Amino acid sequence: MTGVRMPAVVAADIRKSYGELNAVDGVSFTVAEGEFFGILGPNGAGKTTTLEIVEGLRQADSGHVTLLGENPWPRNPALLPRIGVQLQASSFFEKLTAKEQLLTFGSLYGVGDTTAMEMLELVGLGDKADVREDRLSGGQRQRLSIACALVHDPDVVFLDEPTAALDPQARRNLWDVLREIQARGKTIVYTTHYLDEAEILCDRVAIMDRGRILAMDSPATLVRGLDAPTQVVLQRGAISTEQARAINGVEHAYEDDVSLTISTRKPAPVLSALAERGTLDGLQVRTATLEDVFLHLTGREYRA
Amino acid sequence: MTAFTSLATAMVKGFLRDRMAVFFTFLFPLMFLVVFGLIFNGGGGDRTGVAVVGDGPVVTALEQAGVLELRRFDDPDAAERQVRDGDLPAAVVVRGHDVGVVYAASDQVASGTVVGIVSGVVDKANLAATGAPPTFSLRARSVEDASLKPIQFLAPGILSWAVSISGVSGAALTLAAWRKKQVLRRIRLAPVGPTTVLSSRVLVSVGTALVQGALFVGVALTPPFGLRLNGQWWLAVPLLVLGTTAFFAIGMLVGAFARTEESANGAANLLVMPMAFLSGSFFPLEDAPAWLRTVSNALPLRHMNDGMLDVLVRGKGVEALLLPSAVLLGFTLVVGFVAAKVFRWED
Repeated sequence: MTGVRMPAVVAADIRKSYGELNAVDGVSFTVAEGEFFGILGPNGAGKTTTLEIVEGLRQADSGHVTLLGENPWPRNPALLPRIGVQLQASSFFEKLTAKEQLLTFGSLYGVGDTTAMEMLELVGLGDKADVREDRLSGGQRQRLSIACALVHDPDVVFLDEPTAALDPQARRNLWDVLREIQARGKTIVYTTHYLDEAEILCDRVAIMDRGRILAMDSPATLVRGLDAPTQVVLQRGAISTEQARAINGVEHAYEDDVSLTISTRKPAPVLSALAERGTLDGLQVRTATLEDVFLHLTGREYRA
Repeated sequence: MTAFTSLATAMVKGFLRDRMAVFFTFLFPLMFLVVFGLIFNGGGGDRTGVAVVGDGPVVTALEQAGVLELRRFDDPDAAERQVRDGDLPAAVVVRGHDVGVVYAASDQVASGTVVGIVSGVVDKANLAATGAPPTFSLRARSVEDASLKPIQFLAPGILSWAVSISGVSGAALTLAAWRKKQVLRRIRLAPVGPTTVLSSRVLVSVGTALVQGALFVGVALTPPFGLRLNGQWWLAVPLLVLGTTAFFAIGMLVGAFARTEESANGAANLLVMPMAFLSGSFFPLEDAPAWLRTVSNALPLRHMNDGMLDVLVRGKGVEALLLPSAVLLGFTLVVGFVAAKVFRWED
């Protein structure tokens, strides 16, 4: 390809309503090639519907989608080999082993056996090749279903809540898999309701609520743009609230049963003042997170 | 492997690893065949038992007639008790030249047979005692008739029923399960058409039907059952194929509406079980009321049954396939068309 690199995904003002409910209410975004793009938001925010419209599984009421330069709706067979989709439910053939699942899905794309086995290794299930799908753990099933989405070496990968309902260890294992996929040059579009996870993984995120995108940028930019104070948490009794308020740069200080929390927009001088007093034991520094961004945008606590 | 063969392979593997499915496809109908076959064959082939007390030319002649199975008793009371208890239809008590018959009032057919045979033997003995030549002579010979031994009737009937239930539930269960688990959706995201998916499933169903045919006919041919195939039995193969496609189409229609595997399975049974009885898969329809026989003509299983009977045991040729094939093909096309119209990839 020459000239300007085409974006992998362009969604322009897409809308979809079910009766009275506007599930997707004018969503626009662009995903560059090789980008790891996250769509975040609480359950019912419209993430999955948005993803399905982009994948070509659903028709938008209005708006336009371009996927790898083509229109995904109606079902576009020329496009299908270039996209990989992991659905929210783990859709497997009954009673087949991990290896058989991959070979079967691979054959739908005319992919040879070696590629299929390579994907099994990629997601770390090489030693589970002969285990039946219904005997895998939740995390293993998720990894297998990602391998099935990747089996034909697509350019763009769509993952719908791949880390939902996994224990922390399994989630971290999956993060490694996702990073490895990005390292192979794939474009990844994924949804999650874990804001902390998106902050770690994504190049850029779109925060969705009630069918609309509230903010879209890199996680760091979003957090910085919030201009939220840094929270410094000390053990209760390390210093008094009055002493804390006296420190230059401290905006608020309040105490509860176990700790003293100090808010500041100038963490460096505050921390050095605390160090001088020798009160750094058990000190924690919390900067703003995407959850604070969500709170700021919606006025509501984030609840996944 | 191509998408077609690998999908078919995946379905066969999934099926063979599902013990319940294998049981209900092969062993369950086989149990029907074994149980019905043994019950009805036993009843039809047995000779009527009779209690006998005493001895002499009449008893010897009864024994030689070979129609009755004589059970010897020493005590006339014990013999009569057998009849009173309902264990035997009649007792014959011979004292010298006096032949007494006690028969059960309830079983008129069996006791009538016994009384008739005994009186025939007694008359013959009387005639022999007079030394006079017989005035009338009797010539009896047997001819092949169209009525069938139970196994001849049961094997084709149960085979048709088994093919219909596995055809309907095979299609309905696969569709419902794959829709629920979003496998259909996932397949739709791959560059394969619905025709590939459906035709590979039909191929698996046809293969299942052929295995069912070989298994049931094979078991029915063994000595305990004694099925005898006549004429062009291999004409059953096209009938198995057409029957499968017709019932597969019905299953697709069921699968289009069923949301879960359980409801698909229930609906399939609800549809096929009454149809099997109305179509005469288990019992002949000859004694059924006329209106019921008329109704049964609207059922595809009735025609598959008839066709199976004709080509497997009645020794008929290709001409017997015409009507059943036309009906089954018609069902395949019409129901298949409707099923394709109401088909849903997802809920």
